[in-house]
Amino acid sequence: MTMKSEPFVVNVGPQHPSTHGVFRLRLTMDGERIVDAEMVMGYLHRSVEKLAEGRTYTQNIPFTDRLDYLSAMSNNLAYCMAVEKLMGIEVPERGEFLRVIMAEFQRIANHAMAIGSFAMECGVWFTPLMWMFRDREKILDLFEMTCGARLTTNYVRIGGVSFDIPPEFMPAATALVKELPERIAEYESLLLENEIILVRSRDVGVLPPELAIAASTSGPVLRGSGVMWDIRKADPYAVYDRLDFDIPVGTRGDCYDRFLVRLEELRQSVRILEQALDMLPDGVASVEVPLALRPPAGEAYARIEAPKGELGFYLVSDGSPHPQRFHIRSPSFINLTPLRDMVVGLTIPDAVVTLGSIDIVLGEVDR
Amino acid sequence: MIFLAEWWDVRDLGNAVGELLEWLGDHGPDWLPYTASALVGAITIVVFLLVSLLVFAWLERRLIGRIQARRGPNRVGPWGAFQSIADAIKFVTKEAITSANADRWVFWLAPILVVVPALVVFAVMPFNEGMILADLNVGVLFLVAVGSVTAIPIFMAGWSSNNKFSLMGAMREVAMLISYEIPLVLALLGVVIFTNTMRMNGIVGWQDEHNTWLIFLQPLAVLIYFIAGAVEINRTPTDIAEAESEIVAGYHTEYSGVKFGMFWLAEYFAGFAIAAIIATLYLGGWTLWGLEEWVPGWMIFLVKLYGLFWFFIWMRGTLPRLRIDQLMGFAWKALLPLALINIFFAGLEVLLWQENDLAAEAVLPGFAIANLVLAVVLIVAWAQLLGRGRPQYRPTRARLVKELGAVVYGEEA
Repeated sequence: MTMKSEPFVVNVGPQHPSTHGVFRLRLTMDGERIVDAEMVMGYLHRSVEKLAEGRTYTQNIPFTDRLDYLSAMSNNLAYCMAVEKLMGIEVPERGEFLRVIMAEFQRIANHAMAIGSFAMECGVWFTPLMWMFRDREKILDLFEMTCGARLTTNYVRIGGVSFDIPPEFMPAATALVKELPERIAEYESLLLENEIILVRSRDVGVLPPELAIAASTSGPVLRGSGVMWDIRKADPYAVYDRLDFDIPVGTRGDCYDRFLVRLEELRQSVRILEQALDMLPDGVASVEVPLALRPPAGEAYARIEAPKGELGFYLVSDGSPHPQRFHIRSPSFINLTPLRDMVVGLTIPDAVVTLGSIDIVLGEVDR
Repeated sequence: MIFLAEWWDVRDLGNAVGELLEWLGDHGPDWLPYTASALVGAITIVVFLLVSLLVFAWLERRLIGRIQARRGPNRVGPWGAFQSIADAIKFVTKEAITSANADRWVFWLAPILVVVPALVVFAVMPFNEGMILADLNVGVLFLVAVGSVTAIPIFMAGWSSNNKFSLMGAMREVAMLISYEIPLVLALLGVVIFTNTMRMNGIVGWQDEHNTWLIFLQPLAVLIYFIAGAVEINRTPTDIAEAESEIVAGYHTEYSGVKFGMFWLAEYFAGFAIAAIIATLYLGGWTLWGLEEWVPGWMIFLVKLYGLFWFFIWMRGTLPRLRIDQLMGFAWKALLPLALINIFFAGLEVLLWQENDLAAEAVLPGFAIANLVLAVVLIVAWAQLLGRGRPQYRPTRARLVKELGAVVYGEEA
């Protein structure tokens, strides 16, 4: 006997506990199976790209804090690198090291959030997220110590950084870096080899490497699919070419692989930090640049390996103090594009886990 | 069992009530003692549950706070102890919205009905020998019958809300309750086979008489009952029906204010009920190897009940949630066959025992060891059998590009 049935539309979001903000996923369901997924974005659109065209280059740095508000340091860094490229400014060595230190701390903070919320989508009741918040707090304390802000740091500046580190930073940072491997082992004891997490995320939300490349994803999403690509190695910036670290890749491109890649990146970031804190040279942290920058007419694109993937800023200058074009290549947005292919055929719980494993921040998706 | 059946003997509060009822019977009309006994019992059970709720709603949040490396509520009263009272006031004073397209009557009725099954379960629960509202001779059957009624108010809530998430939650709940009811009942059957009675007090008495707990004779059944019970009470990690990260709040998405409070209440009550059933049937109820003559039996029972409830809290703080199909598969593929095998062996053992007229002291330790071995063997064997369907590739670390002997794209070799 066949029953008459018709597709059923479920709106996951914009108000939904697991959309990481105001993302809307319009799922067409056939019973429990997803037959179509439509992504609706723009609920958090603030027109940053247009606003930036009316402000000076220096005034635009705080805008970048508010893109991916979980990794403000990385955003600052990418934007300042683009302006420096446009101007041809050389950053002092100490400044470059400080940028790397901050960016890697930021990566740990971001991945802690990503893994924690991924575990929450799998149904753990806040515990991993709270454990990771505990350690993220310490990183944010370091940021506060350095620049007075915890979330929207506005720390990396054109030509260097806004402040050199205070004397109490080094002992605190060294102690934290010593402590972190234990903490990571603690997360692993809770989450790894957990049968439930395994069955929930293994072979769920598979992103084949061909599709990952075709959709131009980056970061842990791309590496989880087994594609060996990391801008820190492929196109080294700052002082990454002088540091020793490894790039983890996944095998199958499912949610579990992305989760494993992030866990391993935590360890690798700790390795980078150990070296960078050790190698931090003396000297000035930044060069003097005029407040009202007038870069020569031209264009520049600078990219970094932000925690979520390739973050790039494309700037066009016409010689005036304002950028003529300010374009953001945001990893969250581009990593979202293959979501439909990843979730079709799965169920709602799987779709939620898949979305959680991509690790988006809506501030960056909608800009 | 020496009970001074005096009204002032606090070891069994049933004495005082019995005295009162006798007095009422002597001095009042015929119907009065019956009405009074029902009223006293009902009020006691409700008060007991509400007090337990107030304590545990706070204690749970503190305990989960410990698990999660944070403080938990600590503002209202000493150590935040009055937090539950503040919450209760909040629930009562907030507006209980009925959405415009809801089926008003059903929507209104569901939160009231949902509390009933968990309350009624306590009617046959012996807090002590005399502290039982209705010592039915089919107590276990009553538990089973009442326990499965929960599905109806929950489905009413989900259906009447006129919300897709609510409906999905309700559908899941019904599917899940029906699936888990079967292993749950089969797990209880082992108890009945051994004790040869369905009276709750009879089962407690049997355990007392033979100086053993049924947990030792039925380890597999306890495990099955605990898992199935944890699923039935609908708390994280088996809160498929409300699964916050998936379907917002499941069947009670549209509820607010005091109506939501009732669902919240029912969840706790059901948890207490499952803990009470396990404590009574498997852990000797109000007995503790003679200690009940010195310490009030109801205190022993409460310690067991709360201890078991603590396990639910612990699970909530640690485990992730299975997907609905995986959870259902677990019921049908793992729990049900194991429960059936367990009954088969329980029956075999009782047959051996009764037919050969063996002494209980001689056979029970043997059965306990045999059943423990059986439980371990069965669980391992079943895990192996079902394991073929599990993900085989289970690395615990991502591969490093360096270890693969490759380089990152664009990097110099």
